[in-house]
Amino acid sequence: MYDIASLYSASCAEDAISELARDPEAVVIAGGTDVLIKIRAGELAGCRLVSIHGIRELEGVTCRENGDLHIGPLTTFRGITQSEVIRRCVPCLGEAADQAGGPQLRAMGTIGGNVCNGVTSADSASTLMALDAIFRVRGPDGQRDIPISEWYRGVGKVALRHAELLTCIIIPRRHYEGFSGHYIKYAQRSAMDIATLGVSCLVKLSGDKARAEQVRLAFGVAGPVPMRALTAEAGAAGLPVDEAIEKIGALALADVNPRTSWRASREFRMQLIKELSGRALRQAVINGGGAVKC
Amino acid sequence: MLEILRCTVNGRPVEVAYDPRESLADTLRQRLGLTSVKKGCDVGECGACTVLVDGKAITSCIYLTAWAEGKSILTVEGLQGENGELSPIQKAFVEEAAVQCGFCTPGIIMSAVEIVGTGRTYTRDELRKLISGHLCRCTGYENILNALERAVNEANGK
Repeated sequence: MYDIASLYSASCAEDAISELARDPEAVVIAGGTDVLIKIRAGELAGCRLVSIHGIRELEGVTCRENGDLHIGPLTTFRGITQSEVIRRCVPCLGEAADQAGGPQLRAMGTIGGNVCNGVTSADSASTLMALDAIFRVRGPDGQRDIPISEWYRGVGKVALRHAELLTCIIIPRRHYEGFSGHYIKYAQRSAMDIATLGVSCLVKLSGDKARAEQVRLAFGVAGPVPMRALTAEAGAAGLPVDEAIEKIGALALADVNPRTSWRASREFRMQLIKELSGRALRQAVINGGGAVKC
Repeated sequence: MLEILRCTVNGRPVEVAYDPRESLADTLRQRLGLTSVKKGCDVGECGACTVLVDGKAITSCIYLTAWAEGKSILTVEGLQGENGELSPIQKAFVEEAAVQCGFCTPGIIMSAVEIVGTGRTYTRDELRKLISGHLCRCTGYENILNALERAVNEANGK
């Protein structure tokens, strides 16, 4: 039996928001794969839960008429991976979601929960960072859009105010169109493990596919929150692909600030950042139809 | 205070009183007596409590009972035939000696039901990934993969 003071099952997003507004201490639960673990560990023991589990309006992925992608935050990791829209427009996001936990967890855990808990190791977060996603939130005072660059405020802290609910993850067309990408999760096990380091790289190749016209590089566990590597992106942009692959890792070291934890030392993470950035870019180039020598 | 859950369990409509603090694993084991659902880690890591909810394999220890309202739940008890005979998947596990202590077996069988139910064939590496949410401390997994491969192939008429 979980140590829960009360459980309110919201019928729709509005219902959840008004219940949260009534109870300033209530905790939102979606897929439950993080919140229930924290309750069991005592961290959230005795909490009052507002469940948004199964609210249809918050599920599913659609491509709008203007080409923007709208991802319902209650879409499970598996729902992301299996979505036709994701496979067609941003396959690297589906591949990243397919590396979280194990199969059963991916059928339960949601992409919204993955970004709302503010964890640096979240497998979908670095790719959403690289895609420069926009988070649409709704609260008692209405709706606002928060760019992902302003979303993370510290370990476990995001820009969501109490009684605000993430209602949509938007990937504007110009953020993904023409880009190919790749996510690498480095962990001790292939399943049921938390990333020691995650790196996601997107590249837009030149017409002849010889140069990396634009590069976007983002990390998980390279700092307290998921982060973009803007120095590396600027340094690699415009270079011939092989040169970009060779240089991007060393450039990224200026952008990151990993710590030593029981999983890995700072030094090891720096080595991973240097090595895996190039590998992620290399695969992104290949996925975009480019040829690599190295 | 107790609530009433209405759902389908192993093909039969069920009404059962539950405490909103309960996990589905607790309700299935303690209120419905379905003890094939094992509690191993209780944090969704070992896969022993895996059941199907509307056809999807989930770890029932981190699934609130309240969420099962109106859903269809399948456990190993629901796999047996009219006269208590084993299902083809269970037989494959027996044939391949994929069971030692048996604690992880019901959970893996339920993931196998989901996998076989897709009607697809899989490579051994794909199967390895599909059961990566289960821990078995006895078999070393090889016989489990043999059984899974057999069950998938048999279902596809191979």
